[in-house]
Amino acid sequence: MSAQPHTLIPAANVPLADAIQEPRGAEILIEALLHEGVDSIFGYPGGAVLHIYDELWRARDRVTHYLVRHEQGAVHMAEGYARASGRVGVALVTSGPGATNAMTGIANAYMDSTPIVVITGQVPTPLIGTDAFQEVDTVGITRSCVKHNYLVRDVRDLAPVVHEAFHLARTGRPGPIVIDIPKDVSAARASYSRLKHISFPLIERKWPPDPRAVAEAAVAILKAERPVMYVGGGIVNSGAAEALLALAEELQLPVTPTLMGLGGFPSAHPLCLNMLGMHGTYAANMAVAESDLLIAVGVRFDDRVTGKLATFAPQAKVIHIDIDPANVGKNRTPEMSLVADAREALCALQAEIKSFGQPHIDRSVKRRAVWWERIREWQLQQPLRFTGSGDHIKPQTVIRELHRLTNGDALIATDVGQHQMWAAQFYPFKRSRQWITSGGLGAMGYGVPAAIGAQLVLGDQMVVAVVGDGGFQMTNQELAMAVQYDLPIKVLIMNNGYLGMVRQWQEMFYERAYSEVDLSVSPDFVKLAEAYGAFGVRATRPDELSDVLSAGLSHKGIAVMDIVVSKEENVFPIVPAGGNSRDMIVHSEGV
Amino acid sequence: MIESMEAITFSSFILPPSSFNNMRHTLSIVVADQPGELSRIVGLFSARGFNIETLSVGQTPDPHWSRVTVVTRGDDRTIEQIVKQCSRLARVREVLDVTMQPHIEREMALIDVEATPGAMRQEVLSLVAVFRAKVVDISQTGMIIEASGNKEKVEAFIELLRPMGVRDITRTGCIAIGRLSNEVASVAAGV
Repeated sequence: MSAQPHTLIPAANVPLADAIQEPRGAEILIEALLHEGVDSIFGYPGGAVLHIYDELWRARDRVTHYLVRHEQGAVHMAEGYARASGRVGVALVTSGPGATNAMTGIANAYMDSTPIVVITGQVPTPLIGTDAFQEVDTVGITRSCVKHNYLVRDVRDLAPVVHEAFHLARTGRPGPIVIDIPKDVSAARASYSRLKHISFPLIERKWPPDPRAVAEAAVAILKAERPVMYVGGGIVNSGAAEALLALAEELQLPVTPTLMGLGGFPSAHPLCLNMLGMHGTYAANMAVAESDLLIAVGVRFDDRVTGKLATFAPQAKVIHIDIDPANVGKNRTPEMSLVADAREALCALQAEIKSFGQPHIDRSVKRRAVWWERIREWQLQQPLRFTGSGDHIKPQTVIRELHRLTNGDALIATDVGQHQMWAAQFYPFKRSRQWITSGGLGAMGYGVPAAIGAQLVLGDQMVVAVVGDGGFQMTNQELAMAVQYDLPIKVLIMNNGYLGMVRQWQEMFYERAYSEVDLSVSPDFVKLAEAYGAFGVRATRPDELSDVLSAGLSHKGIAVMDIVVSKEENVFPIVPAGGNSRDMIVHSEGV
Repeated sequence: MIESMEAITFSSFILPPSSFNNMRHTLSIVVADQPGELSRIVGLFSARGFNIETLSVGQTPDPHWSRVTVVTRGDDRTIEQIVKQCSRLARVREVLDVTMQPHIEREMALIDVEATPGAMRQEVLSLVAVFRAKVVDISQTGMIIEASGNKEKVEAFIELLRPMGVRDITRTGCIAIGRLSNEVASVAAGV
């Protein structure tokens, strides 16, 4: 305080005046969120977060709260928002059931390395541990599926915690952060200033690409005869698409993206072999199987990619580039590794390769002519295909038609199952963040809320949720939320009256015992859409498909397209779980 | 740790010595001294299927940080994963596999052993002398002995006491510290 004699406020009054002006924890939280650039919060109120909602009401001109219809939806929306924008998504839920409902989304963000901050209310600190109403040990139950979590016991820690949480969520390998705030902490008062430093010395983990490893990798790549770039979500997260394209084009390297990596490299690019793994293309899986050098960037050798680890890329040396040291050597021990940001590593690699001079690069490209012939043969032998449609709409046709009608520009969010794989296979992606899906966790119900979160980022641009009739019914209540806030997502239901992927496995591996997969009793999705105030439309015959899709996609508001597809279509190719590319079943005739 | 008691009372002596692929490693983890941080480490071990043989926690010279000493078993890849996964935790500052470097390991045991006056008590006392252990409590029927040393020494001592009638044992689990780099000094200190 000023010590000048002419000060008007009597010294004795100063503490009182300050005390009155000190903000509540709830207000500190909102201010801290605003400082972090948060403009949207997806949430659902409840007892333990009443102070926070009270402050949100006051701050409603500065930050928009979106009232979801289930907490799982809130977190998936935050994920969709984060995936579409590259910024940190924010969800706000209450204690107890609010937190447990949010769990699926938190685990999903953890598996897919999506930066989100989830704020949960907690019972007042004196009641913690007493089995109070709506009490669960949120930090305890979320611990194994968050990047970090906090229980804020002192209001003075709140602002530093929020700032650290955002920093942690978006740096390194991104992930979900949970901040658990007891009700008395959001009510308590403290001073707020945006602190530069945080409450605890943050352990900075930065991994600049090691020049020696870069040099070694560059030589290996130049020398490789049968290289393949196996690229994943790390490309998208680090914004490495351009660097990847540049390196691949420079050296004419074949590129195969994982499910999470789709969009990180243009699907229609001649160097792109498209997705690898369980439902990957024949060419991609064969190329990996015969490769002598696997350049793995931003991937984690997930079992859905590798199948049986021991026989995955058996002839290949592996260069593993990932920002998370724990990913390196977790499943496959690489011959060379670069713990670094994917973009930085790829740029460093390209610079190093360039330093060898054009003649070296030309020789390297020439050396691989035979390899490319091989790959082209595989592509010709076994392209992605499906049998003719007959009386029923083929699900693959639906995705192709969707691609045509959207000029390949729509952001596609999916649920989990057969439709997800068909979308991955038959919708060629042009850019990073055009594809949003639940990869690692495989959480049904992800599609609709993730699309809503993405729509918020994309404004008027087309966002299509491709979902199955099963997953749609897990979170379709969020249509009400989309209508409420006029977020004009288009929902495309691939309706086969089955839990299709499970049915496919039962057909192929369980002697067609269709145990509990029959969804033929479902609501009329057109009427359901209308009940929510959305536009609904249905196609059941192949000749209706185009018109129905056009009608849905061109509708200004929220549209639900119920596309009744052939019931027992299977996703091919398929590498049975625990198998390798030799076990790959390419199409139904092969069964 | 329940696992550690089982390991000590049964497996260490009944099972054949573990193969090279399942070597014993002592990890030293420096973590923030904050509520919940220990359970993050322990939870990580159980969630990822790593084993904990012993675990001990105490302050470092800087009271904001604790040192967790974990003894675990696994092949090289598993140990590497444990080190890396622990390093990922936001409040973990350092993870060291001290096994591979010169270090000193100690654990302490308090052993409640039957020792009635006479020959039996003399026998126990002579073992105590040989193992440089200490009697910390005594009654008509028994003694409580404090023994410390590396795992092998403590276990050998317990095995020799066992025929006398061991009534209870409490063990601290292993703690470890890196040796001073100056070898001569270590030798001079009689270590």
